[in-house]
Amino acid sequence: MSDVVEKTLTALPALFDSQTGAAKITNRLRQLIKSITELTSKHEEENLIKQELSAMKEQVSSPNTTMKQMREIMVRAMYCEMLGYDASFTYIHAIKLAQQGGVLEKREEENLIKQELSAMKEQVSSPNTTMKQMREIMVRAMYCEMLGYDASFTYIHAIKLAQQGGVLEKRVGTFTPHFHSSPYITSITHAQEIIRRKAVLALYKFYLIAPNQVQHIHAKFRKALCDKDPGVMTSSLHIYLQLIRESPDSYKDLTGSFVTILKQVVGGKLPLDFNYHSVPAPWLQIQLLRILSLLGKEDQSTSELMYEVLDESLRRAEMNHNITYAILYECVKAVYTIHPKAELLEKAARCIGNFVLSPKINLKYLGLKALTYVVQHDAKLALQHQMTIIECLDHSDFTIKRETLELLFRITNAQNVTVIVEKMLDFLRSCNDEHTIIHLVGKVAELAEKFAPDNSWFIQTMNDVFSIGGDLLQQDVPNNFLRLLAEGSESKEEDDQLRLYAVDSYLTVLKGHTSHLPQCFLQVMSWVLGEYAHLQESVDQREVIRLLTQLLDQRSVSSETRVWILSALTKISEGQTDLILDLAESLSSSQDTVLRQQAQELRHLSQESQLHEWALPRGAPWDGIEVDSSLSFLDGFVSEALAAGAAPYKPPHQRQEELCEDRALNLEPYGFSLPVSLSSCSITDRQSPTLLSVSSGLSGNSTELSQKAGCLILEGVKRVWGKDGYLPQKKRSTPPVDEPSAAVQPPGQQEAAERIEPRPDPLTQNQDKQQLASSLFVGLGVGSAMSLLGKSEAPPPRFRKKPHPHESSSSSSSGTSERSSDSSSRSSRNTTNSFLYGSLLEKEPATSISAFDHTPKSTTANGLAQNKDTKEDRRANTSQILGGDMVIVRPSTIQDKHPPSVSSDLTALLPADLKDLPHSDVISLTSDPSLSLSSCRLFRDEALLLVIFISNCTETVIKDVAVQLTCEELKTVSLRGNVVDCLEARSTSVCHYALLMDDPHTNVSFTGTVSYQTQPGHTNTLPFSGTLSTADFIRPLVVTTEEYGKLWLSLSHDVKQNLKLLTDAGDPLRTTLNSLKDALQLHVVDIIGSEGIVACRLLSGAPCLLHCRVNGTALAMWLRSPHPALPDCILYHCQRALAHH
Amino acid sequence: MIKAILIFNNHGKPRLSKFYEHYTEDTEQQIIRETFHLVSKRDENICNFLEGGLLIGGSDNKLIYRHYATLYFVFCVDSSESELGILDLIQVLVETLDKCFENVCELDLIFHVDKVHNILAEMVMGGMVLETNMSEIITQVEAQGKMEKSELCAFLSLCRPLSFSVPDRTGRHRLGSQGLRRVLCRP
Repeated sequence: MSDVVEKTLTALPALFDSQTGAAKITNRLRQLIKSITELTSKHEEENLIKQELSAMKEQVSSPNTTMKQMREIMVRAMYCEMLGYDASFTYIHAIKLAQQGGVLEKREEENLIKQELSAMKEQVSSPNTTMKQMREIMVRAMYCEMLGYDASFTYIHAIKLAQQGGVLEKRVGTFTPHFHSSPYITSITHAQEIIRRKAVLALYKFYLIAPNQVQHIHAKFRKALCDKDPGVMTSSLHIYLQLIRESPDSYKDLTGSFVTILKQVVGGKLPLDFNYHSVPAPWLQIQLLRILSLLGKEDQSTSELMYEVLDESLRRAEMNHNITYAILYECVKAVYTIHPKAELLEKAARCIGNFVLSPKINLKYLGLKALTYVVQHDAKLALQHQMTIIECLDHSDFTIKRETLELLFRITNAQNVTVIVEKMLDFLRSCNDEHTIIHLVGKVAELAEKFAPDNSWFIQTMNDVFSIGGDLLQQDVPNNFLRLLAEGSESKEEDDQLRLYAVDSYLTVLKGHTSHLPQCFLQVMSWVLGEYAHLQESVDQREVIRLLTQLLDQRSVSSETRVWILSALTKISEGQTDLILDLAESLSSSQDTVLRQQAQELRHLSQESQLHEWALPRGAPWDGIEVDSSLSFLDGFVSEALAAGAAPYKPPHQRQEELCEDRALNLEPYGFSLPVSLSSCSITDRQSPTLLSVSSGLSGNSTELSQKAGCLILEGVKRVWGKDGYLPQKKRSTPPVDEPSAAVQPPGQQEAAERIEPRPDPLTQNQDKQQLASSLFVGLGVGSAMSLLGKSEAPPPRFRKKPHPHESSSSSSSGTSERSSDSSSRSSRNTTNSFLYGSLLEKEPATSISAFDHTPKSTTANGLAQNKDTKEDRRANTSQILGGDMVIVRPSTIQDKHPPSVSSDLTALLPADLKDLPHSDVISLTSDPSLSLSSCRLFRDEALLLVIFISNCTETVIKDVAVQLTCEELKTVSLRGNVVDCLEARSTSVCHYALLMDDPHTNVSFTGTVSYQTQPGHTNTLPFSGTLSTADFIRPLVVTTEEYGKLWLSLSHDVKQNLKLLTDAGDPLRTTLNSLKDALQLHVVDIIGSEGIVACRLLSGAPCLLHCRVNGTALAMWLRSPHPALPDCILYHCQRALAHH
Repeated sequence: MIKAILIFNNHGKPRLSKFYEHYTEDTEQQIIRETFHLVSKRDENICNFLEGGLLIGGSDNKLIYRHYATLYFVFCVDSSESELGILDLIQVLVETLDKCFENVCELDLIFHVDKVHNILAEMVMGGMVLETNMSEIITQVEAQGKMEKSELCAFLSLCRPLSFSVPDRTGRHRLGSQGLRRVLCRP
């Protein structure tokens, strides 16, 4: 190191006495280059460069280095960089230099800055970066940003930092976006148009990254919209498009302005500069049309404002160029999105015709897209273009084909389903794009479930789905299929037929070549065979066992599938001990522990037929199986294990979080049963059935069993809720008569054409197509089925075996007369049922049941018990709160340990502004001879208030009482009264904390200490702790059914689970929902028939929507939320609430 | 929003790539490779849109591309962009390049990649379309070019005595100094 210093020292005077900078630059660099060329080994070069770099480091950090020297250093640094050495310390100086210098230096250093930025990018996204480094990066980023480089990727980190960190980070964090946006805010008023325009876009970017941080500049957006320069206004439309997409209602007042702008643009009022191919500002028009369609959606009065201008746009856009088509397309979409107007719809329909019939392939594509969008509103439109659609089906372009199938999917009904599914499967067989396959296969499965005409077709189609989709399939598809098979419909005979058919077809498949079959298909087959092979009497069970054993021997079969196969074998092994024992023997030495366990079970069960009978009753009805989804039978075991020092269970998402954040251990009590698989079985709805808990390893089996906890009821119930609310019971209207296309045959003939398959006379190609058309478009224009949660995303009606009046009449030759009469009588019964049900619903008074729970409570040392305890009294309270309109305050119940005289009137001590809030019981936290602490929770809309009462139990004055509360998972937003100078004898002081929960945890525990002085100079501390549950942070979310529907579609994370249904009272669903509503603070949005929708939110933050459906004796709960962990938490609390009920 | 703009030639060699969201370099390479793979196997006479790749951020995104002589211009956009609008934006970009370089060809994009980036920066900013008027774009780019040139002259006069003795012991040295020379000695 000393020689470095020496070198620097010798170098310095040389720098100082240099006359011209230029000469000096060349000298030093030349010297460096020369010395490098003179070296002989790589090692020497490294040393030299190292010296050079440290010399440079000294120089750049010295305050009296001049600009020219600096420039020289930069050149050398660049040279070193080029040789592959790290000269990153010069970046920041390069930036400085660039700031002072002109454009040239800028470019010279841009290279370095870019490297700096990309280095920062790597750093910020790496999980190992510490807080301190992060802080430093932020400062660097701010600097780069100041110089005009885009470091926007750091904003989000800055904000994150602000959330986790201490005071300093907070300041940096909140400062950064403000700091970043402020130059843009000022430049929004800049004189030059281009700068204003860029500033607006930069602000938009800010908004996208941190919407909350830029709320103060919304006024600026309006200013930009009213800018005199159209360019600036165009840029501001980006912002408004985004804002309006998020909340259309708050910008309705701007509709007029947008309409005026569009009118002016269409009318050619803009300067000629804005014309593109003589179309006035086409991109601007596109943006405006999008905004208008968002504004006018489902709003008649707003839509009326824009009819005129839409008409004008449709008229003005002459077909001469690509870009006019772009405008037209947006126009058409807008017309169909806003409140309909017949005249406009007609024009728009004509435009779609122009698109679809266009010879240009791009326009055809858009036409199909428009049609797909439009058929949701008006299915008849597809009829006009059926020939084109047929042509597109055979088009060579992959994209067009895909779009056509998407369109067909939308128009599928019970009559054309076979043709459409066949087309889709054909396409799938020739397709090799993974994404498309996943997407389409799901749709095929959905269609098959919804509209299948008969058993054989359904099973065959599902076979195709499984073999084509293979292991790309989403788990939903096989799950739904198996559930359908298992739960069956109302008539046992029909179910058995379906099952029998499935067994037959799978046996045929297994007898063939099996090595190419996907794992998923094998799993489905083995489950079905295990469960229902006994139905097929003509096949020897030994044959089935032989086939399954063969599968086990195949190398391509994965170990997960092996588990499925083994559990199937376990089920059918009865009485075939000889075959099974060998197998069990060979597998019991397997490497896979799950397999080994299962082999053991198999051996035991096959030897003891009585046990087998008991554990796996053949053909037993599923309803008989009790499912305890909260796993309460394990509570004893768990608390024992916990007492023995075992680590508490953590749900996977929590584990992952901890891995990421590298936090200390989280000592929460036992977590909840997550629907994510615990064993190798990957079915999502995993629950452990009580009866089968002897063999938890029978994973595939037990899962399936548990899913069958209900039988279906939805079967014949008519869908009374649609996208737009209540659907009046529509009679099947007669098919439309006014079909304009010549190719269409009258509806009567259509059906006839479908039935009479081959035509006797020679067919031309055209006729072929016409026939295809007639079979594809049959049944369109009849009121299509709607569902509660919007169209495509709605839970598919799993139970496809609806009595189809059409089907039963057309296929009466195949079905027995008994069957058809059975189904028709059933359908009539169902209708009356639903009518009865509907009218009952309206009359029933919406009573809420509030539980008055006065059971004495005891505090125990056991954390679990205590936890339960608190929950119980919370339940008692919230029921009070929510039964009425959150105002009732019940005198608190008293802890045994606590002197009654003190606690009973504690709530009276609450500050006046808090008195009206709903609150929980007062519970005692801790006490010592001089102080006793109790707490109480107050529920405010946006926060939870934790009130701590500090009571002086002595006759003397206690001084300097200070409360310190810590909780890692919660955020304290405000506190009051945590320091009291002097607490009078026998008096109580109140301190309260407002707590926020950002990430839901099932239970959070808080700890704290109270320090106080009884005598001067002698400080005592009293520790206390307690738990809070998520339920304390849940608030009702009041929405209407429509809003709910919209919100539902926009949420991403979902969880499904079956819960217990409370059956003790008259209406099980209503009772269950009410008790849930009382236990957790939920808002029951609506209850229709056997479905109910419920909404809540985490304080004033993330919403969570619950969709409940009665499913036999279980309640199928489907939760959705933008927050990944929230549904799990709420589900857990629902389970607890119902279990406690 | 425009997620990425890619230009590559018929053999999949990237000539320009601009991402408006952050990806690691490996991911960017991967995206370019896969996009080329998807686009190159499509015929000339089928439509210019490609949907639902798993490439950039999921199924919401589309690829909109045009093929000119030896180059593919690919825009990856999300659902908030109009397909035909983007198609015409590509046309505007190419026409602007053509005007700037006078009969643009692949080599122009290789040797004047900075200029191409400047043009693109005038058209698209942070994934949003900023300017679509060709003459406006060219005016801005030219003004910038002029400013650079005037400063470069000053710098070159400063650096005239600089000459390079190229150390050719390793290939890297040569590459490095060539790079520097190109930066310094370009007119």
